[in-house]
Amino acid sequence: MKWNKRKLTDRIMSGMSAACVIIAIIPLVSILYTVTINGISAINLDFLTQLPRPVGEPGGGLGNAIQGTFIVVGIACFIGLPIGILSGVYLSEYGNNRFGRFVSFVADILTGTPSIVAGMFAYTFVVLYFKSFSAFAGGVALSVLMIPIVTRTTEESLKLVPGSIKEASLALGIPKWKTTLYIVINTGKSGIITGALLAIARISGETAPLLFTSFGNMFWANGLDKPISTMPVQIYTYAITPFPDWHTKAWAGALVLIVLILVLNIGVRFVTRRKYAM
Amino acid sequence: MQNKITVNDLNAWFGAKQVLHDIDIGIEKNAITAIIGPSGCGKSTFIRCLNRMHEVVPGAKVSGKVLVDEMDIYDSDIDPVDIRRSIGMVFQKPNPFPTMSIRDNVVAGLRLNGVKDKNVLDKTAEESLRKAALWEEVKNDLHKSGMSLSGGQQQRLCIARALAVEPEVILFDEPCSALDPISTSKIEDLMLELKEKYTLIIVTHNMQQAARVSDRTAFFLYGKLIEFGETDQIFKKPEEKSTEDYIIGRFG
Ligand SMILES: Nc1ncnc2c1ncn2[C@@H]1O[C@H](COP(=O)(O)OP(=O)(O)O)[C@@H](O)[C@H]1O
Ligand SMILES: [Mg+2]
Repeated sequence: MKWNKRKLTDRIMSGMSAACVIIAIIPLVSILYTVTINGISAINLDFLTQLPRPVGEPGGGLGNAIQGTFIVVGIACFIGLPIGILSGVYLSEYGNNRFGRFVSFVADILTGTPSIVAGMFAYTFVVLYFKSFSAFAGGVALSVLMIPIVTRTTEESLKLVPGSIKEASLALGIPKWKTTLYIVINTGKSGIITGALLAIARISGETAPLLFTSFGNMFWANGLDKPISTMPVQIYTYAITPFPDWHTKAWAGALVLIVLILVLNIGVRFVTRRKYAM
Repeated sequence: MQNKITVNDLNAWFGAKQVLHDIDIGIEKNAITAIIGPSGCGKSTFIRCLNRMHEVVPGAKVSGKVLVDEMDIYDSDIDPVDIRRSIGMVFQKPNPFPTMSIRDNVVAGLRLNGVKDKNVLDKTAEESLRKAALWEEVKNDLHKSGMSLSGGQQQRLCIARALAVEPEVILFDEPCSALDPISTSKIEDLMLELKEKYTLIIVTHNMQQAARVSDRTAFFLYGKLIEFGETDQIFKKPEEKSTEDYIIGRFG
């Protein structure tokens, strides 16, 4: 009798969790479905490689926006990865003090900051300073979003490196800084790479902070100090127009962006799987 | 008998807690010295004071003298990194570097101290693995992960890694406590071979092991050195009551 009751409870609970999983998956699947249905018809080689055309002219594409996204995200990585990773190393290896805990706390707050705030930061310190929208300003805005994520994931993955590994290294007469740089970071590197990829995936689709930093451009990139087209902003630009043709392009752009982010996430899976396969 | 290490009036603390009290001991050259005593009596702390590993724990402190060949390793102008190169250490749990191959594990100490020549590294890897009696078992798998080995092999890999930086002294902190009897006896045989060239200290919980491998034995209790002498004498005719109690298993 008691056994049956337990079994029943177990059934009900697993049924409820399964239902919740389905509810959680519905929006995801429907987004993918809608984006694909609406966008796939516009995707072809031209769409990926050509410049946008004026309204009414058929053809054209998002080539410059794809290029621009790579450039802006590249700048963000160039600034954000070294700062984020080194801060994470500091917090994990040398940060067991007040200052370290304070920095950790700040990083946590920054992780939750609305992305438009990062845009305002870059607008204030880069756009106003140089008196121009620019690819660089967009990169700065995205790096602000990236740094706290990379810092915390680096910190966490290095903290997982067992103390016995550090001791083994120190006991071989390897100085502390080399132990950190070559042994600890090497041991925790799949976690660091995972964090970096997740951060890149996160910032690649950001729109708000780019609207008033990298702005937009109908042409190929012509310098880091000039406004530059990016996929999220281009999608936004297309989506808010009244033209059906441009709406289709917006869907298609969204599809490309989603695929890109999906690829990054699969990359994360790959990196983490290798870690456990060791 | 010539002493390789002479310890004078050594005290050690973790924060405010003193865990070693006034230790005086001489460690004989080219011999095996066993350190025995119940858990928590300060055995690990003691040997970690001999290669300046104690101080890597935050808040840990040491006072006293540790002379290695007449040189005080706690002298203010001595770099602990140099000391650790000449006094190697093997830990209780085998701890190969998980992301490195067998070969890279062995030569990690050399490589990170600037040796780049591939031939030198390969030669050192082979020599060290031979000395650690592991070469025959791994010579075809040098590029496999060190983690792919069994526990006993991993421990010998760690010994090879310690040997590769050419230390004069090797400290073993309960090297067999995580190993099966066959691996244990391999490590013991290995230690007996190594003492021709090196000075060895082994912390052990296993009385038979201490009796089998060591030339001299030190008994620690509550952070104090209670008795130190020839292993035969310590096991057959201990002078202190507490040594005898411990050896026949009355506590610990
Ligand atoms: N990292 C540490 N921090 C604080 N106390 C420690 C630490 N490591 C060991 N101790 C304490 O120091 C004493 C001696 O420990 P240890 O040298 O490890 O003993 P043994 O190796 O003989 O078992 C014990 O009381 C232990 O609790
Ligand atoms: Mg111990």
